[in-house]
Parts: sequence; C-alpha cells; structure tokens
Amino acid sequence: MQVVNHQFKKNELLLKSSVLPDISFKSLSALGALVIIVLIALVGFELYEKSKISIHQFGVGFTHTTTWDPAADVYGALPFIYGTLVSSILALIFAVPLGIGSALFISEIAPLRYRQMLISTIELLASVPSVIYGLWGIFVLIPWMRDHVYPGLQDALGFLPFFKGPIYGVSMLSGGIVVAVMILPIITSFSREILRSVPDTQREAAYALGATRWEVIRIAVLSYAKRGLYGAGILGLGRALGETMAITMVIGNSPVISSSLFAPGYTLASVIANEFTEATTDMHLSSLFELGLVLLVITLIVNAIAQLMLRQLTIGEVEKA
Amino acid sequence: MNSTSQNFQQGLNTKRIYSTRSFKNGLVTAILGLATLLVLSPLVSMLIFLIKEGASSLNWDFITQLPKPTGEVGGGMANAIIGSLVLLSLASLIGVPLGILGGIYLAEYGTRKFVIWVRFAADILNGVPSIVWGMVVYAVFVIPFKTFSAYAGGIALGLIMIPLIMRTTDEVLILVPQGYREAGYALGLSRWRIIFSIILRTARKGILTGVLVAIARVSGETAPLLFTALGNVSWSHDLAQPIAALPLQIYTYAISPYEDLHHQAWAGALVLMFLVLSINIIARYISRRKAYN
Repeated sequence: MQVVNHQFKKNELLLKSSVLPDISFKSLSALGALVIIVLIALVGFELYEKSKISIHQFGVGFTHTTTWDPAADVYGALPFIYGTLVSSILALIFAVPLGIGSALFISEIAPLRYRQMLISTIELLASVPSVIYGLWGIFVLIPWMRDHVYPGLQDALGFLPFFKGPIYGVSMLSGGIVVAVMILPIITSFSREILRSVPDTQREAAYALGATRWEVIRIAVLSYAKRGLYGAGILGLGRALGETMAITMVIGNSPVISSSLFAPGYTLASVIANEFTEATTDMHLSSLFELGLVLLVITLIVNAIAQLMLRQLTIGEVEKA
Repeated sequence: MNSTSQNFQQGLNTKRIYSTRSFKNGLVTAILGLATLLVLSPLVSMLIFLIKEGASSLNWDFITQLPKPTGEVGGGMANAIIGSLVLLSLASLIGVPLGILGGIYLAEYGTRKFVIWVRFAADILNGVPSIVWGMVVYAVFVIPFKTFSAYAGGIALGLIMIPLIMRTTDEVLILVPQGYREAGYALGLSRWRIIFSIILRTARKGILTGVLVAIARVSGETAPLLFTALGNVSWSHDLAQPIAALPLQIYTYAISPYEDLHHQAWAGALVLMFLVLSINIIARYISRRKAYN
C-alpha cells in the first residue's frame, strides 16, 4: 500500500512537471498567432491616427478633389487613386490572359520533362525584386517600347483618346506594362496550382468523348477551374495596387488625370515613396498617411475577395471529397 | 448503294468537322505556347542586361569600397551590401521565431474557428503593400525616437516575414501524418515534447525552406526601407542610426541623372539578384529532398 501510494505520488509529480511546460509553450505559441491580430489592428490604427489632421481638414472631399499642392498645403487624392486604379487595371488586362495562357500551356500541353523546368523559371521570375524590375523597366523595356511599339500604336489607334498626345516613354501605359510583367509570374503560379487541382478524371472523361486537347481544356478544365482563376487574377490585382518601386520608376510621377495612356501619371504608393521623407508640414505628412490608409483599404478589400474566392474553392473540394 | 454514298458523304462531313477542330486545337496550342514565351522573355532580357551592364562595373572595388562622392567615378557598395545583411539578420530575429511559433499554434493547438480567422488574417497581411509597412514602422518606431535607424528597417522587414513564415510553417506541420502524433501520445509524451521531438524534427526541412523563401523575399524589399533604414552613404556603426541597404542604393542610383551611377546600379542589381537567387536555390535544394522526413 505504502509502495503503491508512493508510486502514485511520483506519477502525479511527473504529470505536473510535464503540464507546466506544456501550458507555457502553448501560451508562447499562441502569442505568435496573436501577433497577427495585433498587427492588423496596429496597421489600421496607426494609419488612421496619423491621418486624423488631414481627415479633419479635408473630410470626404480628400478622395475626390484633384489639387495636390504641398506649397499651398492643399491636398486631394483623386489623381493618385485614378493612377493606381488605371495602371493596375492595365496591368491586369495584359497579365491575366498571358498568365492563365502560360499556366494552361505548362500544366496541360508542355511535355512532362520540360514542365518542372518551366515551373522553376516562373518561380525564379516571381522572386526577382521589384527594384530590379524597375531598373530593367527604365533602361531596357520602356526605351524599347517608346522607340518601337508606341509610335506604331499611335499610328494605328491614334484616333482614340487613349493614344493621343506626345510620347515621352514614362507614362501610365509604361507603368501598367512593367507592373504586368511583375504580376505575371504570380498569376501564372497561382493559376497553375488551381489547374493542378482539377481532377484527372474530368480530363479523361472529356478525352473519352473524343474531345481534342483544346476541347478538353475548354470543357473539362476551364469550366471547373473558372472561379479559382478569377481568384488568381484578383490576387494579382492586389499585388499590382500596392506595387511601389518599379512603377515609381516608370510612370512619370505627375499628378494629372489624362485620358491619354501616353501621358505620365502618379500612383498612391509612388507619391508616398517620393514625398514622405520630404514632407515639411504636419498636414502634408498627415495627407500622405491618409493616402496610405486609402491604399490599405483598397488592397484589403481586393485581397479579401481573392482569398474568399480561393478559399471557397478549396472548401468546396474538401466537401466533395 | 444509296446508303453507301450517304455514309461516304457523312464521312466527309465528319472529316471536315474534325479538321476544323484539329485546326483550332493547333491554333490554341500555338497561342498558349506563345503566351508562355512572352511570360519568360522578360527573364531572359533581364538576365542578359544584368550580366552585360552589371558585370562591366562589378569589380573588387565594388564590393569592398564605399560610394564615391557624386561626380567622382568608381567606388562601390560595400556599406550597402553589409547593411542589407545586418537588416536581414535583424528581420530574422523578429520574423523567424514569431512566425514559427504562430505556425505551430495554428497547426497544433488552435481551436478550429480561431485558426480559420488567423489564417485568413495572415493571408490578408501578406497582401498589405510593403510601403504601408514602412509607414506604420515610421509611425511607431521612427517618430518616437526621432531618428531613422537600422532597428526600424529590421523591424519593418521582420513584420513582413511573420505572416509569410507563419503560413508556410502551418502548411508544413499539417502535412506531418497524424499517426506520428498518436505514436507520441502512446509513448506517454506530453504535447510539447511531441511537438519538439517528433513534429518539428519531422518537418524541419519544410520549415527551413519557408524561412529561407521569406528571407529571399524581403531581401529585395525597397519600399519599407525608404522611411525606416533611410540609407547611408557611409558605414554605420550604430544600429540606432540610418543604415545603407542594397535595394535602396540601387533605387537611388537608378533614378539619378548620372551615367556612371546607372552602371553602379546595374552592378548592385547583379549582386542583389545573386543574393536572392542563391537563397532560393538553397531553399529549393533543401526542399527537393522531401518536405518532411
């Protein structure tokens, strides 16, 4: 009896000694997870707090007035919101068809032995830093486009307001193109992941009906993966909106709203990058913070939509399985 | 006879239909192939120019000397290269432990509902523009201390790393078979011993890959450093002072009007690309030999 009791106590002691580190490690790791929540709150709070002066001064007019004049201390964000949206939409127009097209080629058509090589190359492109894209943009791509592509474009489509006016090289169109190049590998990678989730039985069923490869892609693959591919595109949009360095280097940085894509523009992220450390008045700095807040809100909404679309897809799959 | 010719006619039709279908198939294949070529062509062009423009300015001076004052030819980016390494170390000190701990919580401890929300929040944070991180760190660490600093730059990069590492750790840990955990319980191990001795050991390669990919990703970040680390034309001997960074230096030189600085920018870009590439290649090498085990 004595012995048993002793044994029991020893066990209890062991148990206790193992429970304490267990609880402390659990709380420690919970801290890591909580940091995420704290960070989201911090980002929102700090931007709001610092833009209070500007919000108070300009109210809702901030988002739809066009004067941005640090000398007179008057600030309106519309040219930057316009520039951000137009350059991102241009980027999407170029990048989505190319990205999905290349993803289809890689996952449906390319011979198996080249597939891995293509995937690695795309991943390599995705890891190139933004500033290097910008460097390549200003010294290689944009001069080439200015000399060889833009004049032809103006000759052919110059009657449209989008392609009127002088060609400088740096322009809204250049910004859109460089951002498109940057988000292409992201859209390709995500689309490829989505296409990979299409069950092979779908493809086999279409082949069994005598479909050609394109018909298989159209009937079995695209219709199945449609929603996910939209999600990949919107995710690319999220990236395009927040892109800073590369676009600052090629868009021309001039706060005008022009119907011509050959005219320079300015984006939210670019004006923050250019003026933040040089802001002299509190109002100027506060207005830049408010631009940051606007940018954050736009990207958060876009990213939330993209995540929900991609997530619904995976949850749907789990339920089907 | 009649029915035979009808069959023949039908055969011709089918053949014609099939030939338009196969033509369409060929056309689409060509278009998709062309799209892939277009996607890959920037990489080829970029590598050619990086090597052509960068290699001519890349010499021993470039990696050992300080930048020369504007107008003088020569000099290097030694301070920026070291600065970037310092910033990456500071960032890793913050991002790696918090990211891994959070990932462990998501995969091993959290309740279902909480985990879904934190994962969603982490994915959303991954989408926050990097320049916004710079502004937030400026508001929290630069304004109160009244100085740009290496600390602020490191914190900005570290905060970007947290959700990246958290999600990859989470994903790798989930791949560890449930049976491993049960085996641990069957041995009477406590939860944290199971996590440390079984799960983390099993998944260590996957976690390491995630960490390296996150480091590679932030090593090229420029926007969050603009208002935190700021840049420095000389060595910085104090982490509480502004520090130079490779991407910042490339940016400053690229938008400057001097031909010589443009060459320096290309050389810097070549060094940065080499850094990012080697981290990525190491990561791929590690993960190639199975994500876990």
